[in-house]
Amino acid sequence: MLSIDSITHGVVLDHIAAGRGMSIFHLLKLDEVDSTVAIIKNVKSGRLGRKDMIKIEDRFDLDLDALGYIDANITVNIIEDGQIKKKHNLSLPSRLTNVIICKNPRCITSAEQGLEHEFVLFDKENKIYRCLYCEQENG
Amino acid sequence: MRHLLDPTDFSINETGELIRRAEEIIANPSAVADACRGKILATLFFEPSTRTRLSFESAMISMGGHVIGFAGAELSSAAKGESVADTIRMVSCYADICVMRHPKEGAALVAAKNSSIPVINAGDGGHQHPSQTLTDLMTIHSLKKRLNGLTVGFCGDLKFGRTVHSLFRALTLYPDNRFILVSPRELQMPEYVYRADSRAIACVEFGNLEDVIGKMDILYMTRVQRERFFNEADYVRLKDSYILTKEKLDHAKPDLAVLHPLPRVNEIAVEVDKDDRAKYFEQARNGKFIRMALIEKLLKPETEA
Repeated sequence: MLSIDSITHGVVLDHIAAGRGMSIFHLLKLDEVDSTVAIIKNVKSGRLGRKDMIKIEDRFDLDLDALGYIDANITVNIIEDGQIKKKHNLSLPSRLTNVIICKNPRCITSAEQGLEHEFVLFDKENKIYRCLYCEQENG
Repeated sequence: MRHLLDPTDFSINETGELIRRAEEIIANPSAVADACRGKILATLFFEPSTRTRLSFESAMISMGGHVIGFAGAELSSAAKGESVADTIRMVSCYADICVMRHPKEGAALVAAKNSSIPVINAGDGGHQHPSQTLTDLMTIHSLKKRLNGLTVGFCGDLKFGRTVHSLFRALTLYPDNRFILVSPRELQMPEYVYRADSRAIACVEFGNLEDVIGKMDILYMTRVQRERFFNEADYVRLKDSYILTKEKLDHAKPDLAVLHPLPRVNEIAVEVDKDDRAKYFEQARNGKFIRMALIEKLLKPETEA
């Protein structure tokens, strides 16, 4: 069995749906950080059958809103001194900034560079967000 | 500080107060002749306008205020690439209140976020046009003596028609209104408008004008707008889709009110103008007075407003 070291200080993202690890790695821009990062794919899981995990050493400043939008089932474990210090259960955030990009060519965000793309949760059940400016729905 | 960006920015009570105030102003315009003395209204029109800009300017001047501004993006620094945010920061230094029309949806919100003076959205692309809605509500109220329990038909370009989006949204706030949407498939009302309020979904129906005109208390006609199309061929194909004629009006109730935000191209036959049910010129006249009430409200200190 493949062995990956535990981290003593950092964040472990657990219960990532199998196959989504890489996309979350890119979304969180982990390719740009200096920290040690491990992506573990297809780990056996009692809850999910198979799951992905990401371990990030020495960093705590993750965009939890973005993570909640991608997959609210992910568990975020904060590790300090080798122990799980805190667990975050994610939920759909009420507002997202620069996570969804508005695709409406008539929206002001398409014309003026530098404006943040802000989306507001409209329908929690169907995971529908609307652009704060033009109300175009995501997806 | 308050802005008017969306028709739901004011409560039902506030809208009612504005309509009452506009009616008071019509009855006694001299009472407000000095209401805005020493105040400056900036009119920032990045898109063409006749009624909206002139009615705002006339409203301000009639209350003793002054007007600065531009009509046409090519006459402003937007032509040099200046952003809405930078423009409004500068205008905030020169005026006490501003009215803005811009071709992009959400531009008014960007302005409000960067402004230190009240911003009135006079149309942001195909999105919203709430000061026209106040005009429409005032006209409906004066004709029907109520804003609830009405069957309101919207006909024409319901996709890009910002006046339609705003009036529809405003009328969903009042109980027991029903809506009938009449448009070609390509110009149907966007989901975000009629899914904004779950109560609205239950009382919307779709149909052909001849078949449904008899049910309507209000018929709101709109122009198919060339400037909203990326493709000229689509515009040409759809522009004559829905035209109101005298023959179609024969199927309507005797107390139907036909409204139109204007300008009209050919979607209402000129012969209809003579029919007592044509109320669009009366609607245009109301625009000045409700805008006087609106400017007065937004310029009042927070504690009074």
